[in-house]
Amino acid sequence: MASVRTFTLPHYPDYPIHIALFKDVSNAEYLRSKLLEADSAFDYAFLDATTVSLFDHDHIISPTQLLSAAFLALHLHLTSRSKSRTPHSELVFRLHPNNNIGESYRKFGIADSTTSLIAVKLGLAPEITNESVAKHLGEHVKGESVPLGEEGQELGQWADEAKLRKIYKLEPAGGGKPKKGAVNGDGAALDPRKEMEAVILGLMTIKGS
Amino acid sequence: MALPAASQTASPSTTTTQPSHILPAPFTNSQLELLTQGAEALVYRTHFLTPNTPVVLKYRPPKPYRHPILDKRLTKLRILAEARVLVRVRKEGVPVPAVLGGDWDNGWLMMEFVEGKTVRRVLDEWVERGAFKEERSASIPEEGEGDNDAGKQNQGGGGGDGEILDLMRRIGRAVAKLHDLAVCHGDLTTSNLMLRAPPPPKEEASPEGSSQKPLAGRQTVSTMREAAMSGEEPPVAAPSKVEPARDSSLAGDIVLIDFGLAAQATKQSQDEDRAVDLYVLERAFAATHPSAEYLFQEVLKAYGESFSDAKRVLKRLADVRLRGRKRSMIG
Repeated sequence: MASVRTFTLPHYPDYPIHIALFKDVSNAEYLRSKLLEADSAFDYAFLDATTVSLFDHDHIISPTQLLSAAFLALHLHLTSRSKSRTPHSELVFRLHPNNNIGESYRKFGIADSTTSLIAVKLGLAPEITNESVAKHLGEHVKGESVPLGEEGQELGQWADEAKLRKIYKLEPAGGGKPKKGAVNGDGAALDPRKEMEAVILGLMTIKGS
Repeated sequence: MALPAASQTASPSTTTTQPSHILPAPFTNSQLELLTQGAEALVYRTHFLTPNTPVVLKYRPPKPYRHPILDKRLTKLRILAEARVLVRVRKEGVPVPAVLGGDWDNGWLMMEFVEGKTVRRVLDEWVERGAFKEERSASIPEEGEGDNDAGKQNQGGGGGDGEILDLMRRIGRAVAKLHDLAVCHGDLTTSNLMLRAPPPPKEEASPEGSSQKPLAGRQTVSTMREAAMSGEEPPVAAPSKVEPARDSSLAGDIVLIDFGLAAQATKQSQDEDRAVDLYVLERAFAATHPSAEYLFQEVLKAYGESFSDAKRVLKRLADVRLRGRKRSMIG
């Protein structure tokens, strides 16, 4: 049994989102091949954990980037406007700022070399439950399951900031002009990661428009 | 939400008085709290992703009098324009709400919720508190007209003045930062400037929403028409929400909101557009707080020092003052 955390989006309470995190995964190649075969039992969004960012700030934001993508994928799926074949591929696609599905998979999806893995399963059918997902993942993913907390902050612990900045074409950290804190003069200096997340969510939203 | 527009043309619905719009897909049955309403959009407060992430939902309902196809296209255009400007500007570090999600086909955009109050309210409360007393006796500024001589008269404000002047400088710098990117707000009023409440040391010391019960169904509460979408005349001192002024702190970051009319200025028009932005803001100060108008000088001062073209813009502002916001058609 893998440890799976189920999230519920406020506006889509009927479609829970099951998320599991693994480390030291050794059979990424096998999992990826299953995805490529489009094996329906492996209808997951497998993500490389180094490219999912999330930062805990003020205990308000949870795994925002991932949930935001999940929300968009779900929303587009339910309103029949997905650009890709399944809601799960849509999720991977939604993470990427460009309109290229293959590129999205290369950047965010599981690679043969992936060792830290995030598996997302959208609860689109009633038989998909936390237990069923946990059982299935536990059987097939060879790696250590990392339990997620209430807010899922653990999901961001392997985020590769430099990689993310490159994908989203953001200025390198610390570079460039002094930031907003200087503009307003007072208040605590801004958390650059929080700023980055805000921009990433915006870019995900306006992509492909 | 696409088709109803078409059917509504057949049987005109009288939804103009109460905003009982049916929201599109995921929000139809959600609990939303109406915050404000403009000419084109309804602004709700709701949650996104997690139940404790408050967000602002800006919904542009279909206009029944427009052809549905045209309506959709215009709505999409406007939402996208707003979202793009917000994202771009935020990327450059201008204090604006983050864009969290959106669906232009259905007319909504989700943005970060800025905890705090509008500068307009801050100033109202500040005037009410009588912090202004000293200056009033010194000089009763002419109402309405944005003469800058009103500003010079009271430099030696005194004790409580430093704080409000600092607030003005923060406003000036925030606007300058936006203008430095050649982006013009298009409806820069005191209602579209927020003072973000500094994070409370303990739990919820914040004003506004949280003081009410969380989200009690879809309400048609306040009808503060703060965002006069057209940007015509700044809204004249309507009594904003009658709530006791509790938190009188003037600390916090300035956040610019409502980019519905924002645009990337072109090389030729940028000075003009920037100057008009400032002019509109000046009028907003004059109209809602004639007594506090001299404060605007401090905004301009900070603005002038903040970026290289600012001097030129201020010069242009003098022209705009003479003729008003609209350019003369002659020549």
